[in-house]
Amino acid sequence: MTLLKSRNVSLLERLSAVVADGDLLTESEDLIPYGFDGTAAMKNAATCVVTPRNVDEVAAIVKIADAAGVPIVTRGSGTGLSGGSIPVDGGIVLCLVNMDQIIELDPANLTILCETGVITKAIDDAAHPHGLFYPPDPGSMKISTIGGNVANNSGGLRGLKYGVTRDYVMGMEVVLPSGEICWLGSKCVKDVAGYSMKDLFVGSEGTLGIITKVLLKLVPRPKARRTLLASFDSMEAAARTVSQIIEKQIIPCTLEFLDRKTCGCVEDYAQVGLPTEAAAVVLMESDGPESVVEDEGNAMAAIAEANGAINVEKAKDDAHATRLATARRTAFSALARIRPTTILEDVTVPRSRLVEIVSYVEEVGRKHRLEIATFGHFGDGNVHPTILTDETDKEEMERVEHALSDIFDKTIELGGTITGEHGVGLAKKPFLDRQFSEASYQLLKQVKIALDPKGMLNPGKIFDLPASIDS
Amino acid sequence: MSDSRTLTPLKYLGDLDYSVVQQCMHCGMCLPACPTYLETKKERNSPRGRIALMRSIADGNLEVTKEFGEEMYYCLGCLACTTACPAGVNYPELFENARAEVEYHGVLFNPERRFWRWLTLDQIFSKPWMLRAVGRLLWLYQVSGVSWLVRKSGILLLAPRNLRELEPSTPVVQRRFSDELIRESEGPSVTRYRVGLLTGCVQDLVFPDVNRATADVLLENGCEVTTPRSQGCCGSLHAHNGDLDQAATRARDLLDRFDLSSLDAIITNAAGCGSHLKHFSNLLKNDPEYASKATEWDGKVKDISEWLVEINFRKPEKASGSGSVKVTYHEACHLCHGQGISSQPREILKSLPGLEIVELENATHCCGSAGIYNITQPEQAGKLQQEKVACLKKTGASLVATANPGCHLQIQNGLGESAEVVHPVSLLADAYRNEKHS
Repeated sequence: MTLLKSRNVSLLERLSAVVADGDLLTESEDLIPYGFDGTAAMKNAATCVVTPRNVDEVAAIVKIADAAGVPIVTRGSGTGLSGGSIPVDGGIVLCLVNMDQIIELDPANLTILCETGVITKAIDDAAHPHGLFYPPDPGSMKISTIGGNVANNSGGLRGLKYGVTRDYVMGMEVVLPSGEICWLGSKCVKDVAGYSMKDLFVGSEGTLGIITKVLLKLVPRPKARRTLLASFDSMEAAARTVSQIIEKQIIPCTLEFLDRKTCGCVEDYAQVGLPTEAAAVVLMESDGPESVVEDEGNAMAAIAEANGAINVEKAKDDAHATRLATARRTAFSALARIRPTTILEDVTVPRSRLVEIVSYVEEVGRKHRLEIATFGHFGDGNVHPTILTDETDKEEMERVEHALSDIFDKTIELGGTITGEHGVGLAKKPFLDRQFSEASYQLLKQVKIALDPKGMLNPGKIFDLPASIDS
Repeated sequence: MSDSRTLTPLKYLGDLDYSVVQQCMHCGMCLPACPTYLETKKERNSPRGRIALMRSIADGNLEVTKEFGEEMYYCLGCLACTTACPAGVNYPELFENARAEVEYHGVLFNPERRFWRWLTLDQIFSKPWMLRAVGRLLWLYQVSGVSWLVRKSGILLLAPRNLRELEPSTPVVQRRFSDELIRESEGPSVTRYRVGLLTGCVQDLVFPDVNRATADVLLENGCEVTTPRSQGCCGSLHAHNGDLDQAATRARDLLDRFDLSSLDAIITNAAGCGSHLKHFSNLLKNDPEYASKATEWDGKVKDISEWLVEINFRKPEKASGSGSVKVTYHEACHLCHGQGISSQPREILKSLPGLEIVELENATHCCGSAGIYNITQPEQAGKLQQEKVACLKKTGASLVATANPGCHLQIQNGLGESAEVVHPVSLLADAYRNEKHS
């Protein structure tokens, strides 16, 4: 204990020498609020939190940590949903929110370069006046950092048409576990010089390097959009509608689904006029040239009606459409109104299998006597079954574990993935090997060992390594 | 932390229904709404960070420390987080209990702070007669030339620093208070409703004309107005500053002054009071004598703008030849976040002839007044005041409407002569008066 304490004292002294006053936090009252992220029922105490202001400080911190053999967990705003940024025992929390500068918007090359503590929404806000658009819009975009988005390869409501964060990353600056700073990628649309190393770091959940800058692709801002709200008397009818829209080769930017419970909670909070009686609601949005959104909107409405939609309604105006999408983004948090603990999953299946997974989730809820609400990005096949429970009830939490296990098995059976956009972190670590063959699971670990042989960065996330490496 | 030491028993946070503490699922949606988090970008200065600290205390993992106390008083209590929170966390209850816990444990104790708390919370704002006596003295001080003499003589250099800095921004106390301007009972020609009128404390001394305007507007809309004499502070000041016991006493005192069964509504025109007044049932839930009366009370308390829209107030007729004056609206935190009242004051403004409404950027951001925050945390309050003033100046409005005395003073102090701050109800009362003159 004394040894550990004295080791910490010298570590803290060295850290305080490289960052400004106030950028190294060590008091309990400062640390407790960094013990968790947006994931339910998971926390761990941080030893210290350091909030550097530039890449040189980050590199210096990594070198100090490496010399002391103390691991680092990198985080942004801590809105992650898989426990990826939860502190590790005795480790340093490296929080990048103070590195929040947009460095360059290049309208000639349609790119933006920024530090990774920049808020996701600020990127699109900066692009807007130039007629440009940064499409990835995770639910937490008003506060999530772009670094967290890149490290988790975050999705959002527009993934169907515009893809996910990865599709916009053209380059990045990374601090390696050794403390070296390297640049990967370029502004070139085509670039095949060497391995696509930047892609290795996208979605690496802070386990391979610390991403300090990103170069992102921007696209022209769509001229018009059309938002529709269709309500159904069964979840299956809603899921079928979505599957058929895709089958008819219509790719709108958003096809969101909310069940009755989710609609009730969201409406309770946001009061935007969601139908609370229907069994399921699908929010559809088409964007692009005026004539295209008109045609797509009509086609989607016709498909919904053919599938027995009770009602199909057009958003009154742009402001109403924005309010609907904004309300949808609060779904996960709004569901917390029902029970104390809200466990959110993000299984994803090939879109033709949507009906099966949705029915199965209902069945699992009945089987394990659990309250499960479902919403999600149906257009991507990305479903958010959300278990409403109470972490202080041990018996119920056991049933939650069984339910999750069943849902993951079914997802894999349907050719799906246990996580579409939240990442593995801690929450899905125990289930990852079910999805991977032995060879591919080992490949993951080999990459980690090659880049971070001492297990300095976010150890124990995604998978466990043998103790000799992990400690 | 919790393993070896015995913790001092908790009085407030420990007694809270655990579901209130557990309600926060730390999603982070509150962070971009919180003025102190945006200032420091440190989690402890955010709503979810503060709730995590409260929860740690309730769980016995953290003691009530000085650091915790300071954090609870760094929070503005602006409640912007409650508007942002999809999960419906009851932050006001957490915040008031946390501050009460801080006071109970005395972690911020120092003799000077103790003296000021005693003088203000236990004396002036607990005793209606004393509040008026102090008001009278302040008025004398301001009109007699003594205040001029004091400023010129430099005698203030002998006073404690914060008193010295505050003296120039002391609100101007009016010669006649509400009881002299409004009779105990006033009736319209045809009575549609019977309402009680709350005169407040600061409002009563500094803005009694707003109370008079409120009564006028109510009368104009068929409301018989009962204004009990010698009302004191409603206890919001106490509840927001960790004195829940005194707040409960103030609530009982107020409940005794109104005959609820004969009234359709209890009207308040001060946002900070209103957001407290609507929750007496929570404050008195363990008081068998008052609990049910408090519930009835909660249901009847209405902000004046809320009530006017509810009864479909009469829109004033257009006065002939009136020019157009630009007005903008600052949303008092405890009106928009505390009571969810946003559209109603704007509806009043829209009904007024000769006014052009210009929307204010970040209208719902706190101006830094936040009760007595501008006294306890002048630095942070000053920053927010500057931001507010910058946004106000961009509108080019010569009138700033707002519905809370604290904001009124804070903004007027920040703006100086460049624009006039006014309560929306005063503008409506003026419009009714102008009808009669034209």
